[in-house]
Amino acid sequence: MIETLLPILYLVASVTFIIGLKMLGSPKSARKGNLIAGFGMCLAIAGTILFHTDSAGTHLHNIPLILGGIAVGTIIGWMMAVKVKMTAMPQMVSFFNGMGGACAALISLMEYKETGSVSAGHGAATMAGLIIGSISFSGSIIAYVKLEERMGDIRFTGQQLVNNGLLLAVLIVGACLALSALTGFPLALLLTAGALLFGVLFVLPIGGADMPVVISLLNSFTGVAAACGGFLYNNMPMLIGGILVGSAGTLLTVVMCKSMNRSIWNVLLGNFSAQGAASGATEGATGTVREVSATDAAVLMAYAKTVVIVPGYGLAVAQAQHACHQLENELEEKGVTVKYAVHPVAGRMPGHMNVLLAEADVSYDKLVEMEEINPEFPTTDVVLVVGANDVVNPAAKTDTASPIYGMPILDVELAKQVIVMKRSMKAGYAGIENELFYRPNTSMLFGDAKTSMSALVAEIKLI
Amino acid sequence: MDASTLQLIYLIVLMAFLGVELIGHVPSVLHTPLMSGANAIHGVVIIGSIIVMGHATDTASIILGFAAVVLGTLNVVGGFVVTNRMLEMFRKKQ
Repeated sequence: MIETLLPILYLVASVTFIIGLKMLGSPKSARKGNLIAGFGMCLAIAGTILFHTDSAGTHLHNIPLILGGIAVGTIIGWMMAVKVKMTAMPQMVSFFNGMGGACAALISLMEYKETGSVSAGHGAATMAGLIIGSISFSGSIIAYVKLEERMGDIRFTGQQLVNNGLLLAVLIVGACLALSALTGFPLALLLTAGALLFGVLFVLPIGGADMPVVISLLNSFTGVAAACGGFLYNNMPMLIGGILVGSAGTLLTVVMCKSMNRSIWNVLLGNFSAQGAASGATEGATGTVREVSATDAAVLMAYAKTVVIVPGYGLAVAQAQHACHQLENELEEKGVTVKYAVHPVAGRMPGHMNVLLAEADVSYDKLVEMEEINPEFPTTDVVLVVGANDVVNPAAKTDTASPIYGMPILDVELAKQVIVMKRSMKAGYAGIENELFYRPNTSMLFGDAKTSMSALVAEIKLI
Repeated sequence: MDASTLQLIYLIVLMAFLGVELIGHVPSVLHTPLMSGANAIHGVVIIGSIIVMGHATDTASIILGFAAVVLGTLNVVGGFVVTNRMLEMFRKKQ
């Protein structure tokens, strides 16, 4: 009786993962889907602790320590997840992803320490879990640090060569350990160190704007690492959950790349940023920039018929989403139609901007996607660009030499007036100049997005 | 290759297709929560850490196993709570 209970719990858990993932794909059912998958996870964990037996029929030892570990992890994880600001969500996801990767790597390391490589299949799964988990861990942590803006992009000459060489070495040593051509726990530790180093080197040169793609990719890596564990222990929920995330995550990564009109290799090899820096330095757009005061900008918007707000990462960094919603309310009171134009990759992750604006109570139907809003720009009176740059760069349409050439953008330059809210004239994440700022119908409102936004609200109230 | 390994490989291939099918037509609005939700689901790796911890005997293994359990739990709990927080934002508007 007891023996069949665990497989049943595991089956239920596996099904909840599938249903949960499916439900996460639709706005109405997403929250429920998350809860269902979470419930399945609890069943699988409780079932494992209570009923798991090895082939000899002995139950698990160290139960108090296991429960203690779960308690510690729950408290820390819960606190972090509840406290994190909505703007910092992408790096939080990256951090938790790294923890999963580290967990998978540790499992493989311990498995190798206990048993070595029993067979080619067993050894391959152990080494794959170790390598992929380690890369996912160190890569995610670097992604986390970069998104926290505590580290810039680091590039050096021959980086590609070093990375490829290291990866090749890691793979060869991993294969040798798997096939027992080489043995020994110290070598496995060395392999771990190599994989960790590769994870760091691999994320270092990738630009900030590409981080979502990297996080999504590392997310699917961790899924595969978890599946390796499932293969080792013949454990179905691990195998099913891991592979599902691995394949869904890969698809998500490709979709993200597509919305930036780039190939995954282009992102991973860091070509984009390197080219961008070069082209920005040599052929920067020139001309005069017109600055506008908050007072003038307020008048311009208050007497407009239609205003389209283009939110970008600058809005998120400055926490200006609430002030932005206030501005929208003030303008609506004056009879102005206000809409938000949300670029697919606005913010740091697809959909990130929607989450932020939803947090500030901006109504869902005011958020218009790129394809729908683009035909409306020629009849729009004022476009207010808040901390967005690359997604409104007309060079993407005209300049074949531009590294972002071909990326679908918001056609804001077609509007009658464009007001760009920006901290300085610094280039965006792609590291290239934006000729939009030099156009005759563009004016710049310099300053922190939140401060400028509040100033605008105050000025509009006076009108 | 024995029969059970072959079955596992079948399962892996089928699941890979299922994963692609499941999120084939997701609106870009939901990409972030979806990534986060998927992130929580691969926290299932915690089961592996519980199993190795349950078989650990020497001090080194117990320390490593304990660390693995804590890290796995962080992935699970953090993943689901963060996803839930993101999705609550959408619920208010429905």
